[in-house]
Amino acid sequence: MISAQLPALQVVVPLIAAALCLVLSRPLAAWTLTFLASAAAMVVSFLLLGAVMDSGTIDYAFGGWAAPFGIAYRVDLVNAYVLMIVSTISTVVSVFARASVASEIEKHNQGFFYTAWLLCLTGLLGIAITGDAFNLFVFLEISSLSSYVLIAMGSDRRALTAAYQYLIMGTIGATFILIGVGLLYALTGTLNMQDLAERLPDVSGTRTARTGFAFLTVGLGLKIALLPLHLWLPNAYAYAPSAVSAFLAATATKVAVYVLLRFVFSVFGVEFALGAMPLAIGLAILGAIAVLSASTVAIFQENLKRMLAYSSVAQIGYLALGISLATPAGLTATILHLFNHALMKGALFVALGCIAWRIGSSRLQDFAGLGYRMPWTMGVFVVGGLSLIGIPLTAGFISKWYLVLAALEKGWWPIIVVIIAGSLLAVLYVWKVVERAYLAKPPEDATRAEAPPSMLIPAWLLAIANLYFGFQTHLSVGVATRAAAELFGIAP
Amino acid sequence: MISLPPGIIILVGALALPLLPRSAQAIGALALPAISLAQLLFLSEGVFPGIELAGLSLLQVRVDPLSLAFGYIFHIAAFIAALYALHVRDTVQHVTAMLYVGSAIGAVFSGDLITLFIYWEITALASVFLIFASRTQRAYQAGIRYLIVQIGSGVLLLAGILLHYHDSGSLSFDQLIGPDGNLSDASAGVWLIFAAFGIKCAFPLLHNWLQDAYPQATVTGAVFLSAFTTKLAVYALARGFPGTEVLIGIGVVMTLFPIFFAVIENDLRKVLCYSLNNQLGFMVVGVGIGTELALNGAVAHAFVHILYKALLFMSMGAVLYRTGTIRASDLGGLYRSMPWTAAFCIVGAMSISAFPLFSGFVAKSLTMSAVAEGYYMLTFIGLLIASAGVMEHSGIKIPYFAFFGHDSGIRCKEAPWHMCLAMGAAAVLCIAIGWFPQPLYALLPYPVVYQPYADFGHSVTQLQLLLFAALAFVVLKRTGMYPAEQASLNLDTDWLYRRAAPRVIRKIVAVSRQVGQAFLRTGSELGRTLMRLVLNHYGPEGTLARAWPTGSMVLWVAVLLGASLILFYL
Repeated sequence: MISAQLPALQVVVPLIAAALCLVLSRPLAAWTLTFLASAAAMVVSFLLLGAVMDSGTIDYAFGGWAAPFGIAYRVDLVNAYVLMIVSTISTVVSVFARASVASEIEKHNQGFFYTAWLLCLTGLLGIAITGDAFNLFVFLEISSLSSYVLIAMGSDRRALTAAYQYLIMGTIGATFILIGVGLLYALTGTLNMQDLAERLPDVSGTRTARTGFAFLTVGLGLKIALLPLHLWLPNAYAYAPSAVSAFLAATATKVAVYVLLRFVFSVFGVEFALGAMPLAIGLAILGAIAVLSASTVAIFQENLKRMLAYSSVAQIGYLALGISLATPAGLTATILHLFNHALMKGALFVALGCIAWRIGSSRLQDFAGLGYRMPWTMGVFVVGGLSLIGIPLTAGFISKWYLVLAALEKGWWPIIVVIIAGSLLAVLYVWKVVERAYLAKPPEDATRAEAPPSMLIPAWLLAIANLYFGFQTHLSVGVATRAAAELFGIAP
Repeated sequence: MISLPPGIIILVGALALPLLPRSAQAIGALALPAISLAQLLFLSEGVFPGIELAGLSLLQVRVDPLSLAFGYIFHIAAFIAALYALHVRDTVQHVTAMLYVGSAIGAVFSGDLITLFIYWEITALASVFLIFASRTQRAYQAGIRYLIVQIGSGVLLLAGILLHYHDSGSLSFDQLIGPDGNLSDASAGVWLIFAAFGIKCAFPLLHNWLQDAYPQATVTGAVFLSAFTTKLAVYALARGFPGTEVLIGIGVVMTLFPIFFAVIENDLRKVLCYSLNNQLGFMVVGVGIGTELALNGAVAHAFVHILYKALLFMSMGAVLYRTGTIRASDLGGLYRSMPWTAAFCIVGAMSISAFPLFSGFVAKSLTMSAVAEGYYMLTFIGLLIASAGVMEHSGIKIPYFAFFGHDSGIRCKEAPWHMCLAMGAAAVLCIAIGWFPQPLYALLPYPVVYQPYADFGHSVTQLQLLLFAALAFVVLKRTGMYPAEQASLNLDTDWLYRRAAPRVIRKIVAVSRQVGQAFLRTGSELGRTLMRLVLNHYGPEGTLARAWPTGSMVLWVAVLLGASLILFYL
């Protein structure tokens, strides 16, 4: 039955497509393949999510090798949710990518570009779906290496330095994760996450376990770009090709947060990771600083892609705050924000991509009068910006509402202050763009010219999703609540 | 269609307005309130559940006599203002004005606090564009200040709602104050909500945004602004805080203090803003007393007030539109050029002064009777003084300096036909309500047995009060006791106050201005220093925003790893 093989298809389809893509190498063919593979992955992920919601966790032994020896895939609500986010964003952004890539990347490189894209997608999906700690590291390397390539293809020469820095930092992060996994293996003799979870409590008092935990959290902190380990991120997002910024901003850090959740909640367990270890307080402090300081930096950025990158660092702060609460409500807020943040950052970066396609710049000074020159594109930007601020009736409001409720429940008042201050700072940096686009006089020679429909349609899809999930929260909140309960080991 | 929440038609329609050709947008904006009013007439009373959002039932609609009374007058005001704005060819203004109207109506019919908050914020965001639309630097700055205050009110409201929800577990928008009307017993959440309402209602010391922002709005924008924001706050107070004793004191102060400012003000639209503040005071007193009669008075006052205040703003707007200035010292003698506008303005002035047979009288009488009935002696005297003050600054000053007085030599055309039509409609309503108050009384939340003209003595008292105010004006004019050509004109040198009062006030104003400026200077010094600090760290080239060398990134990793190892070993 094909439905029994869905977990394998989730990863294999984009992987095979990547190989084919390299052979085809003609831009149009490569793009078509990328789109189709992404769409297929999206369909698979929705089927998986439906299956998990109906009948519970799916275990899949790759190649028929049983769990302790072979590689086991394990799909529960949390990773089904992440798989859905990643594959959906990849599909929507790949529609946008065609025109954007055609204008930003040389023709002979476009085949390689799409190959790297598909590999990156494979890696991200693989990280999310696997139940094996070492396999996770392998997929992490696949996605990281391909994303270095993607970033380096940016038309700005600084993209090379940015990609190089990301490579160094990403490799350090991956190495730390490998060291952490290695220590755990030495301690327990298994790499399967379920087995790890069973055997770790007996040895959790040892130094080895604690060292492993330290390496894992710092390594993941790097991948997540938790302040102060975020320094690679602003340049990487700012100088990458537009489509890559949109794709990575909406997915890469999300998947890394998922891995952190997986290790903290499923492998080490809440009692050890957030109870015995002072991780919660660390996350709370770093998260709060990230929200405030990165948002403030964003206000003064002239390059809007860099501004959004700093805003991403701030959003990661919110995610960390949600985890640090160590309650089901806080975790719900984090998982929910994974989804909503993917929607708003996707919309905003795609809108910037449309603008870059038309005026060839993402600097604030070139935005004068853009509200009249590109009304539809700026509409997407405004919707995304409102969602980023957390205006009611947008997806961003729902995230913040749940985060505030969770903080209230725990009685952590300072966090509420941080969230509100962060929203006010977001008002400033979004307003800065809106003011320039709508209230400044456009240059004399400017004419009204929009981006092509192939870019506008995905942009508006994301914008509408931001509004839709602002009042219709059955899917986003419903799954997030159940996923959080599952991670906490409470009956679903 | 009938089950749609009121206001939604206008909100959705507003967003569709840009699709119309530019010349048809004004007509579209005119049609929206009419369609929405038709829908409102079919609504039956009751509370309708909304949609489920995040486990809470939101977008509840509550239709009861209180919300209906405000709903009707908001629609009428929107229609008249849209008619007045028929010449405007500015998409931004039409769209934001209709968003503003729609959200104000939505707020009035909201059954839960979250919905109220959402609409509360939309009114703030939409209305600021009516100020920005003047497209001057001053308007932009005033608009930003206005926005900060309004958003601040929204933030307080949201914080209050969250706390209130936490305490009581209820999000329904009902009476929030306890039955004894004692605010000091209320929870912190209710206090915050009260403060949010108070800002929007322009309580004394929280009122400055009003006089700051409204005079900078466009000619037509000011008409919209005068009708909705503050009356929405009055509605919210009447819904959540009826019978709150402290409101009586606040209301009396509100009626009195703007008089002093109104008489020394030269910008006639600003005079109207002060008088708006004074009128709100009467309604706040009514809400504070909280008896059926008093609440009826507050609602009736809000109803007629929207009409005559809009009428006055329209007539001053027409003057500004035709002459390009609204400074009392530059105007005068316009009755020759704009006879219709002058006549409408006088109707508005007589209504606001509560002449018998004008709408202000039939509404204000309810409040005054409620005050008398409750034996609030000081309040009664305060309101009497305020009534005379209204006569001075709105009843006489506005029409006199614009249309009569010293002839400025300005000769212009009469206001455009649609403006005259809008003003005429409002004027007719003002007079009709004054003659036949019963239909208005029928709309009020509680049954009315009151006959404003049955007690002849009351009408006479009111006439005496007004005529003495007028007499004072004439005497002063004849004896030449004030120089008419000065840019700063004072009308309050009358039998109500000592003659020295204006001078003292001017002195106080001057001193407080100096203190204020010194304060601002110190503030801006501090601000600059702070900004330098912030820029050094967060600016485009600041410490935190720079592109860092790879080595220092790795250093951070090492630091963090070391720190977490130490922490985890402990």
